[in-house]
Amino acid sequence: MSTTQHAPIIDVTGITKSFDEKVVVHEIAMQVLPGEIYGFLGPNGSGKTTFLRMLCGLLRPDRGSGTCLGFDILTQALEIKRRVGYMTQRFSYYEDLSLRENLDFVARMYGLAQRRQAVDASLERLGLAGRQKQLAGELSGGWKQRLALAACLLHQPSLLLLDEPTAGVDPSARREFWEEIHGLAADGLTVMITTHYMDEAERCHRLAYIAYGRLMAQGTVQEVIDGAGLVTYQIAGGSQPATSAKLRSSPAIAQAVAFGNSLHVSGHDRAAMEAAFRELLTPEQTWTPQPSELEDVFISLMKQAEDNFR
Amino acid sequence: MSSVFSISRFAAIASKEFIQMRRDRLTFAMVLGIPLMQLVLFGFAINSDPRHLPTAVLIQDHSPLSRSLTQAMVNSDYFDFTAVLQSEAAATRAIERGDVQFVLQIPPGFARDVLRGDRPQLLVLADATDPAATSQALGSLRQLLNRVLERELTGPNAWLRTGPPAAELVVHAAYNPEGISQYNIVPGLMGVVLTMTMVLITALAITRESERGTMENLLATLVRPLEVTLGKIVPYILMGYVQAGLILLAARYLFEVPMFGSLTLLLAVMFVFIVANLAIGITFSTIARNQLQAMQMGFFFFLPSILLSGFMFPFRGMPIWAQHLGQVLPLTHFLRIVRGILLKGNTLTTIAPEILPMGAFAVVALAIGLTRFRQTLD
Repeated sequence: MSTTQHAPIIDVTGITKSFDEKVVVHEIAMQVLPGEIYGFLGPNGSGKTTFLRMLCGLLRPDRGSGTCLGFDILTQALEIKRRVGYMTQRFSYYEDLSLRENLDFVARMYGLAQRRQAVDASLERLGLAGRQKQLAGELSGGWKQRLALAACLLHQPSLLLLDEPTAGVDPSARREFWEEIHGLAADGLTVMITTHYMDEAERCHRLAYIAYGRLMAQGTVQEVIDGAGLVTYQIAGGSQPATSAKLRSSPAIAQAVAFGNSLHVSGHDRAAMEAAFRELLTPEQTWTPQPSELEDVFISLMKQAEDNFR
Repeated sequence: MSSVFSISRFAAIASKEFIQMRRDRLTFAMVLGIPLMQLVLFGFAINSDPRHLPTAVLIQDHSPLSRSLTQAMVNSDYFDFTAVLQSEAAATRAIERGDVQFVLQIPPGFARDVLRGDRPQLLVLADATDPAATSQALGSLRQLLNRVLERELTGPNAWLRTGPPAAELVVHAAYNPEGISQYNIVPGLMGVVLTMTMVLITALAITRESERGTMENLLATLVRPLEVTLGKIVPYILMGYVQAGLILLAARYLFEVPMFGSLTLLLAVMFVFIVANLAIGITFSTIARNQLQAMQMGFFFFLPSILLSGFMFPFRGMPIWAQHLGQVLPLTHFLRIVRGILLKGNTLTTIAPEILPMGAFAVVALAIGLTRFRQTLD
């Protein structure tokens, strides 16, 4: 799969983790290349956070092996931590410390030389200098996210693990955030990011989709879409809820999802689907083929996972 | 940079705790408020001069002198006559059951014997389980008896006022375990307050990090267990000294507790005691899943400490099993130390046997806390 001559930043196989007999991550293998922005998608509770925690030494895998930044994930957690910036899903800096105090604390935790300069530079770069005396708990979601990003970049990591960094952040702040991420990746930083947003998934160089702890698909956006082998039609006219209920009852139809005034209907067999349309749709309803989108593919993957692993 | 312990990371955590301590007004108020509140409650609410104590009378001599005496007792406010008894057996029973604090027995022929100059005995049976409650009343009774005799013995009997008192007051103090003075309470409070706040505060300091999610971030850095543990303990040691200082000042100037021994020695030994309590707090925090559980565990430790240490009940009065349990608790030993130093002027050699068990407790608790502290979120 690798197209560059560089060794992968993340190279793991067979990673498995259970909590109380419940398998949360099942046999995941993954390679992430230097400078890549790697998107990690999947429904809530699919094991994304657990996987990230295993990569940065916060959890120990039950089975599996591999390296992160060339260090063994089972035995060299400290070496990995030194070089990884991990941004947790929930804001996890001290709300009763000011911005500067938080950054200073992180700098001391990593034993940074020239601490003051490092903190100053970080505040400056993220445009937080004017707010450095403010308590972190008083910040809005967008500013908290900026602080968290600044803090996990402070020790100049080679790999950034971001767990739903843009949840609850407004669109313009999200856009700025992604600009920043792309800038960092251009400078050679590797980024692994989990998200629920399709537009963000499409901004990644490559992505992986997991459900019920299993890796369902991975590759570039196009590879993931093509790999799913999904056929999608747009259906216009008629009553949406009634139509989608009717269509879902047909075995040829995998899913029918409302998109504005039309329905997106997907399946795997073009001929069978068209036969079903002729049989089930009223004359005033039209169907036109259209390229499958990432969201169609993810919904289909999730259904597949539900059927197989639940 | 050592991978097991880094001074700078430890210092970072300690100074972070200081900043958070300063910002967390409620906890800060608690730390200063608890000693003051307890001092007021225990120091003042435990009235060292209680009045209107229930008293029974066993009057076997119905004379004007007897009536005059009992009337004077009622007028003194110390005694409330609640029962009139007919026999000495009934008197013993009343004291046993705790119905009355005192039984006054005026023996047959008391007035006659006074006038004859036989100097008869006036008997008082006192429930002295709480000597603080009885001593003032008994003192006043002694004066009161003299005054009554002075007033009654006039005219031809005036000669009885010279020489030794015409009647002798004999007090039989029942159940007096070890003659505790009220000075016991205030120094003891220092140990109680330190136990309460030190255990709770560290137990909360670590569980708060897990609850707010900041622990995940902390663990993602290079931090090691010893750095977190010590970084959390050191700021609160200073806090403990602030509390102790507050109580010592109050003891000296508000309650006028005598201080015979060396304060330096006391402050030095206190270090072991504070660390022992902080260590148990750390251990609790590694077991508790949230702050509420940590709080409950804190009380779980606090209650036996207060009940079995000799603060609430005389230690020698407890059953043997309870004494064994009490010996484990740091507060038991600290109470003996602080009372010994302040009230008896004990020196290091006398209190050394009490330091050892506290130190052992601290080491064991710290070791458990450190081994339980998880470097991962597993």
